[in-house]
This record gives sequence, structure tokens and C-alpha cells, in this order.
Amino acid sequence: MITVTLFLPLLGALLLVVLPLRGERSLRVAAGLVALAPLVLLMVVWSRFKGTGTFEQIESAPWIPTLGASYMVGVDGLSLALAAMTALLFFAAIIYPVDWRGKPKAYFALFLFLETASLGVFLSLDLLLFYVFWDLSLVGMYFLIGVWGHGEAARRSALKFFLYTLAGSLVMLLGVLSLYLSTAPHTFDMRHLIATRPLDGTGLAATLTFSGFALAFAIKAPLVPFHTWLPPAHVDAPAPASTILAGVLLKMGTYGFVRILLQMMPQTFSRLALPVAILALVSVVYGALVALAQQNVKRRIAYTSVNHMGYAILGIAAAAAILPGLGGGFTQTRSLALTGATVEMVAHGLITGALFLMTGSLWRRADTYEISELGGLARRAPIFTGLAAVAAFASLGLPGLAGFVAEFQIFVGGFPVYPWLIALALLGLIITAALFLNLLQRVFLGPLPERWQEFRDLDRGEIVSLAMLIAFVVVIGVAPGWLLAVIDSFVRPLVTR
Amino acid sequence: MSGMTVSDLIPELALLVGSVVVLISALFLPRRLQPMNAALALLTVVIAVVAAASLPASLKSGFQGSAMHPWQHLSFSGTYAIDSFAIAAKVIVLSVTALVIALSVDWFRSDPRQGEYYALLLMSALGAITLAGAADMMEMVLAMLLSSATGYVLVAFHRKSRRSAEAAIKYYLLGALTNGAMLYGVALFFGLSGTTVFSDMAAPLRLAGALPLVAAWSLVVVGLAFKIGAVPAHAWLPDVADGAPAPVAAFVTVAPKVGALIVLARFVSVLPEDGAGWRVVIAAVAALTMTLGNIAALWQDDIRRLLGWSAVSQTGYALMAIVALGRSSLALPALIYFLAAYALGNVGAFAVVVALRGRAKRERYAGLARSHPWLAAALTVCFLSFVGIPPLAGFAGKLTLFGATIDAGYTWLAVLAVLNSVLSLAYYARFLGPIYFDEAPEQSGASMDRTAAGVAIVSAAALVGLGLGTDIVFSALANSVLLR
Repeated sequence: MITVTLFLPLLGALLLVVLPLRGERSLRVAAGLVALAPLVLLMVVWSRFKGTGTFEQIESAPWIPTLGASYMVGVDGLSLALAAMTALLFFAAIIYPVDWRGKPKAYFALFLFLETASLGVFLSLDLLLFYVFWDLSLVGMYFLIGVWGHGEAARRSALKFFLYTLAGSLVMLLGVLSLYLSTAPHTFDMRHLIATRPLDGTGLAATLTFSGFALAFAIKAPLVPFHTWLPPAHVDAPAPASTILAGVLLKMGTYGFVRILLQMMPQTFSRLALPVAILALVSVVYGALVALAQQNVKRRIAYTSVNHMGYAILGIAAAAAILPGLGGGFTQTRSLALTGATVEMVAHGLITGALFLMTGSLWRRADTYEISELGGLARRAPIFTGLAAVAAFASLGLPGLAGFVAEFQIFVGGFPVYPWLIALALLGLIITAALFLNLLQRVFLGPLPERWQEFRDLDRGEIVSLAMLIAFVVVIGVAPGWLLAVIDSFVRPLVTR
Repeated sequence: MSGMTVSDLIPELALLVGSVVVLISALFLPRRLQPMNAALALLTVVIAVVAAASLPASLKSGFQGSAMHPWQHLSFSGTYAIDSFAIAAKVIVLSVTALVIALSVDWFRSDPRQGEYYALLLMSALGAITLAGAADMMEMVLAMLLSSATGYVLVAFHRKSRRSAEAAIKYYLLGALTNGAMLYGVALFFGLSGTTVFSDMAAPLRLAGALPLVAAWSLVVVGLAFKIGAVPAHAWLPDVADGAPAPVAAFVTVAPKVGALIVLARFVSVLPEDGAGWRVVIAAVAALTMTLGNIAALWQDDIRRLLGWSAVSQTGYALMAIVALGRSSLALPALIYFLAAYALGNVGAFAVVVALRGRAKRERYAGLARSHPWLAAALTVCFLSFVGIPPLAGFAGKLTLFGATIDAGYTWLAVLAVLNSVLSLAYYARFLGPIYFDEAPEQSGASMDRTAAGVAIVSAAALVGLGLGTDIVFSALANSVLLR
């Protein structure tokens, strides 16, 4: 089932290339149908999910037995939540209208290829397989930004993105090899690495390996000061690609922090948790402040990603800081912090994904991202305004929406561990609130400039995509139980181990 | 050990006979039938590659080797190794030769001397595969000279082209110098050990003085560095890649390198581990080679020079396997796999150049994805394989090379190789960018060489296939030892 989920988009991409489909409309329908399939299949996987605390529904096949690498996929609470979010986001992004530049076939094929790569990162249970999908996601995104991005600048942004994140992933490859070489007999099996933790503790090798992985994930997440690839890539990418970049690719960094660093090297992590937490705090505050200063809608949203991923990693670091048995009594707070971080990953994917899709609608109509050129759009586009307002409020952490559920838990769980850092991180909340309210006010309220008199509201296709994402944002905000149950099945065994 | 079975040499004999046959037919065939020589040469190579690949099976029944390695043995009084690595290298070199023959058909179609070209190509391939099996100093020198002498002529084959001639002169001068140095080194080894056979050299060398030993192996390494394009004897590579006929460039940047790296492995494993210091020196050479090749490639606006410099950097990566030799069981399988991936990538990339009738300037690649989507895809696969993007073959090659290097305690070299890989993406992407992101300036009238395009696509497909089927190579080489 998971294998089918994983490779259906790739198969669909090949079919799109081969079949004599022409025209943007028919290609969009076909690609949308293909992208719907993994979403449905993952719902089936979700319904069969038992929450045993270990990996479930495992499927495997020999791949490179001589090297101890195999094809193995499966889910636990963490990967199921992220994979489901990924499939949802891809469906919304693929059907979203955009300027296809006369190459719709390549666009949809590449997007579906990227979906397989992204799902693969979360579903792989073999470290080498994980790395393969991780790198493939870079290739897909590089071409999406380069070919369908905005103008000359997009090529530079695409290259910068590719170089920067490839540097990260190759450093990670050294870490992967280091973990691999520490097992006997050598294996890339993630379950084995989690169970035996062959390279954990305070040694030089463990510290170096941890640092390599942490650098790779910090680039991907991104944490300040490794974030400089992100703003140009986000701004110059076509809107659906920005959505995937923010919603899915950034999560690979935080996912790595949990899956590899927290699960395979917890002792090393606990020793180095403070520096990681400080970097996360810097990202929270710096990301929010820089976002506040941006006069370009897309740049502003891009920097809020730095801020939000900072929260997630702050939560992860807080959960890593104390080991059971050493700290005692902290099980509850660690569990809260980690659950919050995981919800933040899902929530940020949905919220920021929706926000970036909206910037695409803006670009299609206004051909600009400059806040100063916009204004009063609420009068012409009430639906657009309404959806944007909900997404913005969710992003700034309004209770009753998904972002609040995440951040509240991170703060409550992290406070006993790092009271000062958490106190400072609250600043980020205030700044984010200011920057989003300012954005809403200047884009949608006030007088309507003459040139936007003909501004069209969202069309049906756009509304479907956005409403779907916003609906989940609201549901998670109001009744998060179903999601928390799945995440908890992963968090509880981890913190009590 | 002292077996002297002619059947061990069927691939070599096939090439020898084939090249003579081609030479004779080139003399007597009328000019319009000259392309027949390509078919003859291809047939020869096919026979040789089948013979090489079936050697283990045919030997299993006959030869009684040791229990661990029933068919691997040293033939001809210990001077010629028949082991998995030699056979793998032969298969790689001969496959490359076959692909290069396919590339040459159209390129040399109007050349009246094309028959001689194919004969020389077969001789050059013979030199390369003999290098891979050489287990004796004289054998090594012989193979080196055969491969070099034919190489010079092949590079200069467009005798009216100044660039071709210039490249050949440069190739020849550097080759003469380094081959001379190697001969001197071989003489020193003979003086130190009283023998030229690798298997008999190890024991006396342990008693040799450090200084003469270092002098001797340095001179031999310089000679081999020329063949593989490593610092300090790398300078010919970009010129040859740029100036030689494009199919020849594809051949000489790959085939001699494969053979020479195997004989280098055999040679250093004879040297005593302590005191001689070869491991550190090779590590330094690897580091310099990969870094220099990558930095020089950054500014190339000509795809052939770019491929030349990237070939230098790839040599640097391959040398990591020599550094890890004997310390990591992964080293030699990784080397073979990496060489196979490198060979396919290089031949594939040159095949794109040949298919586009020698088009080389970067700006002329703009919009290739629109005008020639399949060629663009093939070139992309080759480039991404060089970078080491999974699941292409180049990835598993680099992965295992890095693993072997870390395993051998040379983590710094692996870190440097990683930095270099990132750097290499920059120059490959300088070509990929215009290919995909720009529109073609105008319709170029030149027709496409369809055979070469086929070679490009086959190479790219093989890179994907080899990448997915990594285990075939590694399980085949899992329990092999390098004979010496």
C-alpha cells in the first residue's frame, strides 16, 4: 500500500510524458487525479494505523544487500502525519492555476516526480533510501524554480538553492556513512540504528557526526545563519513550488532533527541541545524581525517560515535536552514540547502553503508582490480576503487555529527546560502578529487604488485548493484530537524510553 | 602460479587479430566500403568482451586455483593477473571501445584513412586492458607504451587540424617525459628487488632502504599519473579533450585511465606499508587532483574543455580508492563501480557533443531541451551522475568511495571530496541552466548524428540501470582479492 502510494505519482509523471495529452486543461485534470490517489491511499493507511509506537505497515525488498541497504518503507506517528500533510499539499498545489509558460506537460510531470521524492523522504526506513529521495527532491525543485520562476533572477535563485542544499545533503551523506560504518554488520536500516544507537554519546566521532547532520538539517529547515538560500528561492519560484518548498521541503530538515538526531543519537543531542536551541531562538526572533521589514508580500511570508521553523526546532531541542532518568519528572514537558513541534510542522505546512498559493493568485492578477502598490482589495475580492485573513491569523497563532495548538504546546513544554529562551521566543509571537496585521491592513483594507478596480476574486479552482487547506487548519485548531492521537503514539514511547 | 594457458588471453588475442584484420581490410577495401571496418572492429570488440566476461565460467571447470578463489590466478609465470578486477576493467574498457566505435562511424565517414583509425583504436584498447592485468613491471611498461603510442596518433588523427596537432604534441611530450621517468623507476625496482614480477618483489622490498624505495615508487607513480590524468601530469587532459577528434577524446579520457588505476592498485599493494609513505602521498595527489580539476572547470565555456577538467577531478575521486586500499574491503569494488559510472558518463557526454556535430560553446547549448529533448536529458543524466545525485550510478560510486576513505581513516579526504562535489555542481549547472531555462537563439541547420544520439541515450539509460542495480557489481566483487 505504501509502496503504491509512493510510486503512483512517479508512474503518473511518466504516463503524462508518454501519453498524447495536450492542453493545459486536460493535463491539469490528469495530474490532479494522479495527485489525489496518494492522498486517498494515505487515508487508508491512516485508518489502518494502530499506533503501536513502532513502525507499522512495513514493506521491504532487497536493494543492495552487499552493502546492507534495502528498500524499506513504513509509517509511525511522525511520518504518517507528515506524509499525509505532504500529499494534501501536493494535491492543492498541483491543481492550482499558474502560468505554465507553454510547458504544462513538463511542469506537471516534474511536480509529480517531486511528490514521489518528498513522500519518499518521510516514508523511507532505510537511511540510504532516505538520502536518495532527499537528493531527488532537490533536483525536482531546482528545475521547477529555474524554468517556471519569475524571470532572470529565478535562475540564480534556483542555482543558489541547489548548491546550498546540495552542500547540506552531501555533509549529511558523510554523517550517514559514519552511522553506517559504526554498525556491525554494516547496515543502513533505520530501525536498527534507532534500536541500537551505535554512535551515541560524547565521543569525537559522535559529536562530528551529529554536527554534520545538524548542519544539513539546519540548512534545510532553515535555521539562521544558514537560511540565506531561502528568501530568493521562495520569491522567485512559481507559487505552487513555493508552497511545496515551504510546506514540505523545509519539514525534511525538522524531520531529520527528530528522526535521526533525536532517535539515533539522543545522548549526543542532549549534550548539544542548548546550542541548537539558541540557534532556534535566533531564528524565531531574527526571522520575525526581518519579515516585519519586508515590503514584498512573498518575502515577508518567506521570512515567517524561518520564524516558525525556529519554534519547531526549539521544541525539539527542549525535548532532547533532558534524558529520562537524569532529569526525572520531565517526561510530561518533553512530550508536550515534541508534540508541539510535530504539530507545528503540520500546521506550518498547511498555513504557509495556503499563504504562498495566495501569493500566486495575487501575481496572476496584479503582477506584483509589492505591498505598497496594493490596497483595498477586500472590496473587490471578499473571498480572497476572508481566506487570507484566516490563514494570516492562523500563522500568527490565534487560538482556535492550528498554529496556536502547536506553539502553545512548544511554549508550555519548553518553559521548564529553557525558561529564558522561551520567554524571549514569545517576542517572536508579538512581532509576527504585528507583521501579519500590517500585511492584511495594507493589502486588503484602505482605499482601493484606481488600477485595481478590475481585480477579480478567486476562481473556483483556487477556492477549492485553498478551502481544503484552510479547513484542515480550522479543524486542527478546534478539534486536534485525531491528529494528536497519531502523533502521541510516536512521542510517548520516545520520551519514556 | 606458473600456468601458461593461452586460453587466459582470448580477449587480448581477439583484439590483436582483429586489429590486424582491420588493417588489412583497410588496405584492400574500396573507399566506399571503408565504413565496413567499423563493423569489423565492433565485431572484434564484441568477441573480446564476451570472451572476457566468460573467463571465470570457463576457468572454473579447468583451472585448479586456491579453494577461496577457484578460478583467479596469476598466469604466464606470475606476470599476468586473471582476477575479478582485471576482468571487470576489461569489460569496462571494451564496452567503452564499442560505444566509441559507434560514435566514430559518422564522424569519420568521409575520412579515407578511417580503416587505420579502427585498427589503432583496437590496439589502444589492447594496451589498456593489458595494463589492467599486468602483474609485472615489464608487462606494465609494455602495456603503457602500447596504450600511449597509439593514443598519440589517435589524438592527432585530424592531421590538418591545428588544435588536434597541438593536443597531440602536448600529449606526446608529457607522455614521453613521464614514461621515461617510469622506466627509470622500474630500473630502480629491479635493482632493489632483483625481479620485475610483482609477487616476488614484496619480500625483498621490505629490506630495501627507504630513500631509494621512495625514489623508485615516486617515479613509477608519475608515469601512471600521466595515464590517469592526475596531478602533476594532468595538463594534457583538457587539451586532448578539446583538440582531439571527439570520439577519440571520449576514448582516451576513459580507457587508459581504467587500466592504469587497476595496475596502480596492484603496484602499491606490493609496496611495504610502513616507511614508504605512499598512502599519504597518494592522498595528497588525490586531494590536489580533484580540487584543481574542479576549480579549473569552473570557468570553462567550452563543453569539451569542461569535460577534460572534470575528467581530472574524477581521477581525484578515483584515487581515494587507492588511498583506502588494504584498509577497507570496500575500496576496490568501489573503484570498479566508480570507473564504470565515470566511463558511461564521460562517453555519454561526449556522445552528445558528437551527436551535435562537435558543438562545444556554452551559448550554443541554449534551449537544447526544446530542440533536442532527448540529448538534453542524456546530458543531464551524465552531469548529475558526475555530481553524485542518486539513483544514478555516480552516486553509489561516490558513496562507496567516501565510505572506504572514511573507513581507512582519511576522513579529511572524504570531506574535501564532498566540498569538491558541491563545487562541481556549479559548473555542470552553468551548462544545464541555458539548456533548460533559455530559449534557443535560432534554429541551427546542422543535422543530428543519430547513431551518436543513440549512444548518448544508451549511456544515460545505463547510468540509471547501473545505479538501480548497484548490487550486481558489488555482489560479484564481494569476495574477490587483488592478485599480485
